[in-house]
Amino acid sequence: MRNHATNTTFKASWKYSEAPESTDHIQIKKQYDLYIDGNFVKPVKGKYVDTINPSNDKKIAGVAEASAEDVDLAVKAARRAFKSWSNLSGRERGKYVFRIARLIQERAREFAVIESLDGGKPIRESRDIDIPLAANHFFYYAGWADKLAYAFPNRHPKPIGVAGQIIPWNFPLLMAAWKIAPALATGNTVVLKPAETTPLTALKLAEVIQQCGLPKGVVNIITGAGETGASIVNHPDVDKIAFTGSTEVGKYIQKATAGTHKKLTLELGGKGANIIFEDAAIDQAVEGIINAIFFNQGHVCCAGSRLFVQESAADLVIRKLKDRIDTLIIGDPLDKNTDIGAINSKKQLETIQNYIAIGLKEGAEIYQPKCTLPKTGNWCAPTLFLNVSQSHRIVQEEIFGPVLVIQTFRTIDEVIEKANNTPYGLSAGVWTQKGSKIFHLTQNLNAGVVWANTFNKFDPTSPFGGYKESGYGREGGLHGLKPYVKFD
Amino acid sequence: MLLNLNNLPVYDTTGVNERIERFCSRSIKKASKAAGLKLAISMVDLTTLEGKDTPGKVKQLCYKAMHPHDSIKDVPTVAAVCVYPAYVGTAKKALQGSDIKVASVATAFPSGQSNLEVKLNDVKFAVDQGADEIDMVISRGQFLAGNYQYVFDEIASVKEACGEAHLKVILETGELDTLDNVRKASEIAMHAGANFIKTSTGKIQPAATMQVTYVMLDAIKDFYIKTGKMIGMKPAGGISTAKIALQYLVMLNEVLGEKWMNKNYFRFGASSLVNDLLMQLVKTETGMYQSPNYFSKD
Repeated sequence: MRNHATNTTFKASWKYSEAPESTDHIQIKKQYDLYIDGNFVKPVKGKYVDTINPSNDKKIAGVAEASAEDVDLAVKAARRAFKSWSNLSGRERGKYVFRIARLIQERAREFAVIESLDGGKPIRESRDIDIPLAANHFFYYAGWADKLAYAFPNRHPKPIGVAGQIIPWNFPLLMAAWKIAPALATGNTVVLKPAETTPLTALKLAEVIQQCGLPKGVVNIITGAGETGASIVNHPDVDKIAFTGSTEVGKYIQKATAGTHKKLTLELGGKGANIIFEDAAIDQAVEGIINAIFFNQGHVCCAGSRLFVQESAADLVIRKLKDRIDTLIIGDPLDKNTDIGAINSKKQLETIQNYIAIGLKEGAEIYQPKCTLPKTGNWCAPTLFLNVSQSHRIVQEEIFGPVLVIQTFRTIDEVIEKANNTPYGLSAGVWTQKGSKIFHLTQNLNAGVVWANTFNKFDPTSPFGGYKESGYGREGGLHGLKPYVKFD
Repeated sequence: MLLNLNNLPVYDTTGVNERIERFCSRSIKKASKAAGLKLAISMVDLTTLEGKDTPGKVKQLCYKAMHPHDSIKDVPTVAAVCVYPAYVGTAKKALQGSDIKVASVATAFPSGQSNLEVKLNDVKFAVDQGADEIDMVISRGQFLAGNYQYVFDEIASVKEACGEAHLKVILETGELDTLDNVRKASEIAMHAGANFIKTSTGKIQPAATMQVTYVMLDAIKDFYIKTGKMIGMKPAGGISTAKIALQYLVMLNEVLGEKWMNKNYFRFGASSLVNDLLMQLVKTETGMYQSPNYFSKD
């Protein structure tokens, strides 16, 4: 086959106008305190740190850093609130949760803009995915609040007590919703700590919760870095820890809670396999690959970061993938045309760049589109690594950035073996027009979620969680209630 | 026959829809909007295909084609006027001195249910009258019965009968049912000699959709990579607002790119679209919408 196309053959020329989402309507305070016992209070030690806009390095606000004393105050408040909150009827608890959901919807635009400002993700994603899904999680679990007896028939579910919840920076509000909604619906009280680089939407959520008139102390939101998290994990009066984040920290938490009464759920890293067969709808598969790895700049624990292409279709898929990457728009997260936003933090950018250097050193073939990246802020071009094998470090380790490693395979058995040949087991994708092949793979892949002919689809009714070092426990759906209840 | 229809790409409707949502959410404003609107006007095949068409109606339409809206500057003329063979002569004469093409539907339009001889005579008549472009319909009956060779040979014969005239091949996607069929028909048409592939006659619903247009653009792209030949695309029917037209242009821009972003390789088959494009264009210049009565209806 002759190939007449060159890199510039299908180059787009029509430049769209800049369409930045307005920030006029949002209200951000200069400084945020800790939300404890229904009030915003100053941290005991009076320490504040800046939260930075990753797309231009500018300070957005100062945020309190909670010390062990602050954590203690928050846990005590949650403990005090637990008695009356857990005795409230499910229907009354549900009303509060519904109220939170509605207020998030009402203020969706504001939440979306702040999410993109603070975290660097494109407004298209925060507007269309993060915020609506967060509201939906509250709606969904609000519905369960008065039906727990039906969720666990004849088992008399009871709340556990005070839940310490630590969430990551990749989906700040959504992760807060995943954690808080089921905890409240089941009658627990909460001490939640958002990530240090993205605290703002959680603090906005605190305002919403205050506005809802939720009884004091039922939800406490405190900010800080790893040490604050450790204080929550090690606090003796916390009954349950729910953590989403890196496998490294997850292992630390598991050690720290071993031998205590604390219940634990962990949702950790991943290195998802995205598997494309030659009989797939190739064009849509290519779209799916793009969505799987470049969604939220690849800061997704369930990202399809390992691509397996059937060798007979590899040339075509890789050509189409390169073509498509060339058309992605990278830039201002607040611009509605942006496909790929800013890397969340300097630290994460260094991690990603380090892995790209490792890949090059390992001799993998790199492809990046010729795009100009903004001068200030944290940016990384979408990156493909070709001609890699299971033995490459970039294939084995989680990069958590817009970097895709591509391998070829010949048979189904081979690809199942390789897809499972990882310490992780969070997600996988299968692309084929043949239904029987899909079922064969879903039965044999060790992953908490397997998407067929799509990727990165989330719904509050669907449980989400991992196998192996991707963690345990499920969030979402009926399964998501279980970590927050105990039985007689 | 050069083509192998067994290994054609297949399409997943859900995935195609997701891609199209992306095209539709691009923000086109100000300078990029004005440029897009002018480009769209220059790509229109201004069409009248009615039993009640008369020489008078066709002449009026031709004047509109040459003077879409004289009250503002730098409005391009449309690409072509599209009529039945009986009015090709009238249109040709009315458009004298302009570079607007005359396109004629032919081959027992719109159903295509006749024999090859009748169809070829239809084409020859239109070409003799001076048609620059022929919009033929494929035999959907034969296609759906699996007689792909018949469809291919018929297009090849029509192409021969066209002589110098450009050939646009109408797939009538509303009758082909699946995106995979659309791809197959596109492949047959391009290999048989089409200069353009076109979605619809406008007589069947649904007419042009972004989904089928996407599949056809994808086919054009693959064909170019294989053969080096650039084929044009014409969605027709149902594109009546500037907003939708701009969304099509976004899709064209992101799938085929700048080489295809002109009237030689992309057309809109439409009649009422032009006035909406003009109304939006005036709005980008003056900042306000004007009454539809300021825009001539021919």
